[in-house]
Amino acid sequence: MSNIDRRHFLKLLGIGAFIGIGGSSLFEIVGKGTIEASVEQYKKVPEAFQAKRWAMVIDLKKLDQKIINDCTEACHRIHNVPKILDPKEEIKWIWEEKFKNAFPEMKDDYMAPEIKNMRVLVLCNHCDNPPCVRVCPTKATFKRKDGIVMMDMHRCIGCRFCMAGCPYGARSFNWKDPRQYIKDENPEFPFRMRGVVEKCTFCYERLDRGLPPACVEASKGAIIYGDITDPNSEIRKILSSNFAIRRKAKLGTKPSVYYLL
Amino acid sequence: MLELALKGSPRYWGWLFFLAILIGAGFIAYLYQFQIGLGITGMSRDVSWGLYIGQFTFLVGVAASAVTVVLPYYLHNYKKYGRIAVIGEFLAIPSVLMCMLFIFVDLGQPMRVLNVLLHPTPNSVMFYDMIVLSGYLIWNILCGWVILMAERKGAPPPKWIKPFLYIAICWAPSIHIVTAFLYQGLPGRDYWMTAIMAAKFLSSAFASGPSLLVILCMIVRKFTNFDPGKEAIQTLAKTAAYFLLVTIAFYLFEVFTAFYSGITSHQYSIIYLFKGLEGYSKLVPVMSICVLLAAIGALILVTPPLRKWEVTLAIGAASTFLCMWLEKGITLVVGGFIPNPLDRVFEYWPTLPETIITLGVWAFGFFVLTILYKIASSVKERAIFDKYGEKQIKA
Amino acid sequence: MYDGWKIIVGLIVFIAFVTLPFTWSTGKEYLKVEPKIDTPEIQKLPEAERKCVESKEFMRKEHMKMLIDWRDAVVRDGKTLYVNSQGKSFNMSLQNTCMQCHTNKSKFCDECHNYVGVKPYCWDCHIEPKENIKKEARL
Repeated sequence: MSNIDRRHFLKLLGIGAFIGIGGSSLFEIVGKGTIEASVEQYKKVPEAFQAKRWAMVIDLKKLDQKIINDCTEACHRIHNVPKILDPKEEIKWIWEEKFKNAFPEMKDDYMAPEIKNMRVLVLCNHCDNPPCVRVCPTKATFKRKDGIVMMDMHRCIGCRFCMAGCPYGARSFNWKDPRQYIKDENPEFPFRMRGVVEKCTFCYERLDRGLPPACVEASKGAIIYGDITDPNSEIRKILSSNFAIRRKAKLGTKPSVYYLL
Repeated sequence: MLELALKGSPRYWGWLFFLAILIGAGFIAYLYQFQIGLGITGMSRDVSWGLYIGQFTFLVGVAASAVTVVLPYYLHNYKKYGRIAVIGEFLAIPSVLMCMLFIFVDLGQPMRVLNVLLHPTPNSVMFYDMIVLSGYLIWNILCGWVILMAERKGAPPPKWIKPFLYIAICWAPSIHIVTAFLYQGLPGRDYWMTAIMAAKFLSSAFASGPSLLVILCMIVRKFTNFDPGKEAIQTLAKTAAYFLLVTIAFYLFEVFTAFYSGITSHQYSIIYLFKGLEGYSKLVPVMSICVLLAAIGALILVTPPLRKWEVTLAIGAASTFLCMWLEKGITLVVGGFIPNPLDRVFEYWPTLPETIITLGVWAFGFFVLTILYKIASSVKERAIFDKYGEKQIKA
Repeated sequence: MYDGWKIIVGLIVFIAFVTLPFTWSTGKEYLKVEPKIDTPEIQKLPEAERKCVESKEFMRKEHMKMLIDWRDAVVRDGKTLYVNSQGKSFNMSLQNTCMQCHTNKSKFCDECHNYVGVKPYCWDCHIEPKENIKKEARL
């Protein structure tokens, strides 16, 4: 140490810290994939459903109040979504809207009231080009290889940039501890903590175990899901023989949720 | 140099004590928010950003506006700004600190803030905002400190500081452009999604910053022996005047585009702010005051006799500053969220704890500002003449 | 040295104060940490299957890292199966795998975590097993 003076030492320390911080970030970016691939420690279960891009078709003709309630109920119960009555702090993954609210750009003075007020189920659109993912500063929300726009609640810092980015209002923030608002909990799924953003996750946890999304299961055929890149899938057959619309398609977000009128 | 901040009149200590009380109150309110969550604020699922992010946006502008002093002085050798260049740089420092604090208090999970560094995400504008803000803070501390230090020793500033000065000058607009990009790159928020946002941010910053500097110079002159110079104050006022007019014009361009094109989704937020939407009109008074202040500010700053008389000048500068604060600090952010993506109106108004936290952060900023200005003015007071040989001490 | 004795007295007081936590507890009995793995769920298992996903030593040292790796694999990569060093596979889930055997969170997790003063935020979201609130004979 005798030939290192304080100034030199501090300099070295600074360079070391820089390399340390920068290097670990670099590791995160380039190193991870290769390391995981070399050891097959983590696997998908064989029965897991897989797709190149998951998508959903909601047939509005088949929706009635009961199906809508069943779908939201099933989703919110399975995922421990708190029931908060105050609309300002409400948390919802899938919920009922009127047609005129879900598709505000189609508003028309002469639209039949039954269409204007038609019940629509809305949820995260799992966009192919998701603005929320683009803006997230920590990759807490990200797009999986199968097209699902996921939330990593462990990583979310609660900056709510994604909520400003989402043009569908699909994201909810935990303004307070949600636990007190959950009556009967599903012991197989976690809660969320205060200060993180949450939304529909296309039931990734069910797909990964070979189960259909909860809302699809509860919808009695009103919601169809499948791999939109597979030309033989049911969803593609429906889309090729029906007129389907997507919410705010002109924004270029490429939603994966289609609606049949 | 910090020791210069330790010697002061009872008034100086009293002021710092007053600010410390506000900081303490803000801190206690923050502990409450930390405990309960952001639910104690007026923000909601639909207006998910509020006062905090508004203050952040506004203060980035104030920080960036240091360039309106530094640039004419260092690039164009405008000698009248020789005395106040450091006043501009020292305004940038607390402004950036407040920006960072406002981001911090806005986080739902503040303990995880380092995730931004642990998982760097170059596709997020927030990532660049973090880089430019911390960079700007460093450049300003470095430049301001080194140059003031040299002045204290009565020596010319070291040569190596020059490149940093130029970096800081180029850096200043970047912090505000990046902040505008936070907003203008979001699809589906029509009030924000406009290319003029970055330009309007810069122009409003260069109106509010110099207005604040005018007032700060007057305060420094009143309470210390250091005289920033009448002409410097006048030039600052002219800068503010031009940029205030530009900002008003930019806003009118927005209104023209929204209403002449007839695209309704671009009109809703503007209608909400000026007239109210579907019977909701909480922000109409705020916007009206804003318009009134803009008119007063423009009238005073543009009319030469009113600008030259320092009583009216103070009123004009204060009006301009407050007008920009209301516009950027409140209505811009909240207005962008109304109506929500599902075509409904949910309003926002800050709560008491939220206001106390906001006040606390501002008090912290003024605390730092006071200390920095105390140091700067103490150094300046000792040198009777500035480096161009003009007297910089009050007679 | 000016005021030498003041400095020395000050130093002594300082050192005494700093070492207080150690000197204070000399002679006192140390709190014993005994994480328990004797839950009924584990007792029920046949002898051969009474093993965690990895060895006891590995789990003791690496469980925190493993849980984080599991979390990332499940949440970020959509992989739910863990293949252990023996080639046996497990569903990666804190709630649905770990805590199904270790139903005694207070004796299994908290015992050590409290002792070393760490507060992992697992239970802010994950649901802990309902423990039988039986008063253990512990006097």
